[in-house]
Amino acid sequence: MYKHNNQGGQALSTALSPAQQAIQDEVDALKHKPGAMLPILHAIQDRFGYIPDEAVPIIAETLRHTRAEVHGIISFYHHFRTRPAGRHVVQICRAEACQAVGGRQLEQHAKSALGVDYHGTTLDRQFTLEPVYCLGNCACGPSIRVGDEIHGRVDPARFDALVDDLSATVVEVK
Amino acid sequence: MSVTVYVPADTTARALGADRVADALRQAAAERGLDLTLIRNGSRGLFWLEPLVEVATPEGRVAYGPVTPEAVPALVEAGLFDGGQDHDLALGLTEDIPYLKNQQRLTFSRIGITDPLSLDDYTGLRGFEGLRKALTLDGQGIIDEVKASGLRGRGGAAFPTAIKWQTVHDEPPGQKYIVCNADEGDSGTFADRLVMECDPYMLIEGMTIAGLAVGATQGYIYLRSEYPLAQKIFNEALARAYQAGYLGEDILGSGKHFDLEVRLGAGAYICGEETSLLDSLEGKRGQVRAKPPLPAIQGLFGRPTVVNNVLSLAAVPFILDQGGQAYADYGLGRSRGTLAIQLAGNVKRGGLVELAFGTTLRALMEDFGGGTLSGRPLKAVQVGGPLGAYLPESQWDSPMDYEAFAAFGGVVGHGGVVMFDDSVDMGEQARFAMEFCTVESCGKCTPCRIGSVRGVEVIDRIRAGENQDANLELLSELCDTMVDGSLCAMGGMTPFPVQSVLKHFPDDLTRSRGGSPC
Ligand SMILES: Cc1cc2nc3c(=O)[nH]c(=O)nc-3n(C[C@H](O)[C@H](O)[C@H](O)COP(=O)(O)O)c2cc1C
Ligand code: SF4
Ligand code: FES
Repeated sequence: MYKHNNQGGQALSTALSPAQQAIQDEVDALKHKPGAMLPILHAIQDRFGYIPDEAVPIIAETLRHTRAEVHGIISFYHHFRTRPAGRHVVQICRAEACQAVGGRQLEQHAKSALGVDYHGTTLDRQFTLEPVYCLGNCACGPSIRVGDEIHGRVDPARFDALVDDLSATVVEVK
Repeated sequence: MSVTVYVPADTTARALGADRVADALRQAAAERGLDLTLIRNGSRGLFWLEPLVEVATPEGRVAYGPVTPEAVPALVEAGLFDGGQDHDLALGLTEDIPYLKNQQRLTFSRIGITDPLSLDDYTGLRGFEGLRKALTLDGQGIIDEVKASGLRGRGGAAFPTAIKWQTVHDEPPGQKYIVCNADEGDSGTFADRLVMECDPYMLIEGMTIAGLAVGATQGYIYLRSEYPLAQKIFNEALARAYQAGYLGEDILGSGKHFDLEVRLGAGAYICGEETSLLDSLEGKRGQVRAKPPLPAIQGLFGRPTVVNNVLSLAAVPFILDQGGQAYADYGLGRSRGTLAIQLAGNVKRGGLVELAFGTTLRALMEDFGGGTLSGRPLKAVQVGGPLGAYLPESQWDSPMDYEAFAAFGGVVGHGGVVMFDDSVDMGEQARFAMEFCTVESCGKCTPCRIGSVRGVEVIDRIRAGENQDANLELLSELCDTMVDGSLCAMGGMTPFPVQSVLKHFPDDLTRSRGGSPC
């Protein structure tokens, strides 16, 4: 049995891949909420680490939007990413209160220490570097966020130590 | 022997190692066979002392800070578990620390004292008394109390809260909403976060009272995704409040109904603007709506909606419990009550300072803040977030109140005070203001979307020493165009920091890097 997607003219087989099924489950769990779009996008990104391309037609069809609309929404928000990130997402606060205590130097240091620019992922896929505008730790900056942890008073030396710690955990796991 | 120790668990304390300090204390207690009760309290907001460890003694709680895990053995040796004061990090009785003692904490009266998730702690310090009072009044009675308090919105625009509520109240009955703006995007601000992490039931109580006042049964908290800990703590508080009957279909057996849900933003500064926030809550791109219609008349899903900042709603339990007049007794002129000032950036003693309106900026930065962290002279201060002007020393003696600030083109905004020492390059700060707008503009109108891109280019040219006079004039015209032609304050106020640099720190802008000044 085929279900037709009237927006793309492309048929979605009922035999969904496991990934598609997982996406459909996330969407179905939240679709009844008023204004369900952001909760759904968060749920998908929390589960996969990013919003896979194949999520777009599923969300579009379930919420009765066009794919272009769904794309437009995803691209509007800095938080959502459409490509997998590295194992650790490192966000550097670029905002004023952190600038006042060396945030710009930290930013430069982080880029050169990891060898990537913003939105880049290291070759070993351990780290993705992102900018962020304030983490609410403005009295004790420079601030960075790694996963759901915030770190304060991060100077270049402390940054290197954190990166070393995170890299070390990876080795142990393997 | 048993001892009670407090180690804060808010974002800043944890960012500075509070979890490892807690572990070290547990270990030290175990080694001594002590019966330790370790409470993860909220922060007192004295951030330069975090992690601030407190120990309960018969005289009251005594404090130590900033404590590192490495310092724990020596502190314990010096008698920390008995409240011993023979150590460099010992601070005496917490309540006697001048920074705290000299504040007027009405909204933040409980932070750092309680376990944020303990309902007993909350009700033990007058928690839910405001709600109980509200349940004895009708909607108009609640609004009258808020009116008497003189409360104005703490999110930025300083609009009288009671008038907003009255508009929603007066709309015909039907689905209405309370939306709490917890997007707290301004750099230099963290007071909303402190409410949600350190006294979450206060916000739940304030929103419930707002719902009773206007006849709304559903509330949403729009929380920025940059605050993962606030999300976690607040959701747990919601679950416990439901369980205990403070939320749901029959609040405290009154037959009144109010539901609350947290919705997460997704890293867009503009979604702090209330109409953009509503579009985002509806599941759309967060683009600004033209006003009118006002959200109070056609807000979320087209229904009458109160949109208030966290701090506006958090002030309400006190107002209902103690009476509007008790709140209005603080402050001056048309700025009534207290302001939550947040000292940030290059400051020696950063943190939360809640005071009646009217203290001067200089007193805040010097008496409370203790000057810069670096010890170098203070050069500029940005008040009111990224859209606020950079204030030079000649403006530091102005009292912090809405009218006094407006008089010289400043904004109090959400109360963020970001300090810079003399190593700052104000030209770079002006450039950043424009750059931030290119990143965060919602894209709806040209002066903001394109103007900010041009702004960055022109500032780069000025800083490179190209045609400085002509480009300075261009920059000034561009600022005027953005101020006059933008739909909302994002494009309309981005020029404020830039113009303040042009006016007060022009040398920083024209001092060309590398090339010779023309
Ligand atoms: C660009 C922009 C960003 C804003 N960001 C916030 C914010 O993060 N938090 C907030 O409460 N208000 C913010 N506001 C103000 C809101 O639009 C609105 O005035 C406020 O939420 C109303 O609540 P109040 O009356 O309690 O202050 C922002 C406004 C603009 C123009
Ligand atoms: S001023 Fe900027 S943020 Fe505001 S509506 Fe226009 S484009 Fe959007
Ligand atoms: S400005 Fe960096 S944490 Fe707020």
